[in-house]
Amino acid sequence: MDRIYLDHASTTPVDRQVLDAMLPYFIEQFGNPSSALIEEGGMPNKAIDEARNKVAKLVNAEKEEIIFTGSATESNNLAIKGLALANKDKGKKILISDIEHYSVMNQADFLRKFGFEVDFIKVDNYGIVDLEDLKNKLTDNTILVSVMHANLEIGTIEPIEEIALFLMERGVLLHSDGTGTCGRIPVDVKNLGVDTMTISPHQFYGPKGVAALYMKRGTKLISFIQGGSQEMGYRAGTENVPGIVGFGEAARIAMEEMDERVEGLTRLSRRLWDGLASSIEYIHFTGHPTKRLPGHTSFWIEFVEGESLLLWLNLNGIASASGSACASNMMAVDETGLRASHVLTAVGVPPEICSGSISFSLGKDNKTEEVEHVLSVIPGIVKRLMGMSPLYEKARKSGISMGKEV
Amino acid sequence: MAKGPYSDKVMDHFMNPRNMGEIEDADGVGEVGNPACGDVMKLYLKIEGDKIVDAKFKTFGCGAAIASSSMTTELIKGKTIDEALRISNEAVTEALGGLPPAKQHCSVLAEEALKVALEDYKKKKEQG
Repeated sequence: MDRIYLDHASTTPVDRQVLDAMLPYFIEQFGNPSSALIEEGGMPNKAIDEARNKVAKLVNAEKEEIIFTGSATESNNLAIKGLALANKDKGKKILISDIEHYSVMNQADFLRKFGFEVDFIKVDNYGIVDLEDLKNKLTDNTILVSVMHANLEIGTIEPIEEIALFLMERGVLLHSDGTGTCGRIPVDVKNLGVDTMTISPHQFYGPKGVAALYMKRGTKLISFIQGGSQEMGYRAGTENVPGIVGFGEAARIAMEEMDERVEGLTRLSRRLWDGLASSIEYIHFTGHPTKRLPGHTSFWIEFVEGESLLLWLNLNGIASASGSACASNMMAVDETGLRASHVLTAVGVPPEICSGSISFSLGKDNKTEEVEHVLSVIPGIVKRLMGMSPLYEKARKSGISMGKEV
Repeated sequence: MAKGPYSDKVMDHFMNPRNMGEIEDADGVGEVGNPACGDVMKLYLKIEGDKIVDAKFKTFGCGAAIASSSMTTELIKGKTIDEALRISNEAVTEALGGLPPAKQHCSVLAEEALKVALEDYKKKKEQG
C-alpha cells in the first residue's frame, strides 16, 4: 500500500486542476499586474480580479472585501495589529482565546509593548470558548476579540455567530482565524458576523505562500507593510500572481465539491473514531464530539508517548500529527527543553497526557481501505509501546492509571 | 533510512531496542524522569562482582529517549561499575550518531538513570 496521508490539518496537496490554472502565470503571463496598461500586465491583473471574485464567493463576501496576503500568519497579523492600531482611540484592551494559533497568540507580547492590554479567554474541556469568561473579561476599554473558527489540533468548531452577536451589540470587533474552516466547510462571513477572517488555500488543495484576509466593508484597519498601492493599500508588494490564481481555482473547486467532500470525510472519520474506540484500550478522544471539523479525529492514549506513536505510524506508511511536546518542537528548545501543546493544556489535559496526543486529519482523496489499514496497524503499535512503558507496568501493579482507575 | 531529524543509528535502536524488558531480581534499579516532561526511564542492572552482567530498560518517551535507553544498556553491559560511571551523556549521544538539539536531554536522562541504578545497587549492598 502507498503512503497514507492523514495530516491534512497541516496542509493539503495542490489539486492538479489548481496547478494547471497556475502554470501559465509563471512563464507565459509573467507580467507585473501593476503594469496593467500593457498587455503583459493586463492579463495577470485580470486574473487577480477573477481570483478575488472566486475567493469572495467562497465565504459570501464582496470582492472588495478580500485582501490577498502571503500566508495565514500574515493575515492574522494584519487583522490583529491592524485593527488594534486603527481603533486604539476607542480602547486598548484585546481578548484572545486560549487555543489560538501561534500567529495570533504570539502577538500579545508585541501589543503589550505598544500599550495594549491583552487577556486570554478560557475554553471548556471540548475546546469551546467559555462565553461567561468572555463576558467577565470584556470591559468598556475592549476593542477587539479574536476567536478562531475551528481548531486544527482538536477539531472543535467555535460558536462564532453567537460570539459575534454578543460583541456587535457592544461595538467590539471580532477577528476569526478561518484557516481550519474556509474551503473545508461552508463559511458565510455575513451570517457569522465577523469583522475580519483569515482564509488560507493550502488547507483546501490550493498553493502555499498565499492567503487572504476578509475585511468587512467600512472596517478601520491600519496596514503595517508600506510600499505601493497593491491590495487597496492594505498589503503593498508585487502580488504572487500564480499563487492568487491557484487560490481562486481552489476556492471554486471547493465550493463545487463541498457537499461531497464533507459527506465523505464525515463518514470516514466516523469509521476511524469507532474503530479506534473499540480496539484501543485507554484511548481518550479530544475536541467536541459533534461540533468538529469533518475528517478530523484526535485522541490520546494512556501510557503511550505521542512522538513514538507518530514515528511508528510513519514507519508503517501513515502520516499523522502529534501534540507531543517532543514531536511538535523537534528542533526547538525553550527554557524547559520541551513545551506541552497550549491547546491541550487549555482544554484541561494534564501535561503528562499531552505528550500522548495524536490527530488524524483526512482529506478528500483518502479511501476506506486506508482507514481500515490504519485500524489494523495501530493496535499492534500501541501494544508494543505500552509494553515498553514503565508507567503501564506501574499502573498494572497498582491498579491506578494516568488519572483514573484501570 | 533516516529521513527525519534522527540518525540511522537512533532509528535502528528505536525500531529494534536492545535489552528492553525487566530484570525480576535486579541488583540495582534506577527510575528517572517525569511523564509531565515527556520521558520516564527505568533501568535494571544485574551485577556480579564489580561487573555489570546484564542491563534492561523500560521507557515511556520519544524516539530519542528509547534509543538513548537502548544504547546505554549496550554500552554498560560487561563494564565494571567504575567504567560504567564514566559513561557520559555525550558518549551515549556520540554512539547514537548524534541527537537533535532539542533531544539532548534524552541522553542526559539515560546517564542519570544509570547513576541512580548504581547508587541503588550500592545502597542495597551496604544494607546487605
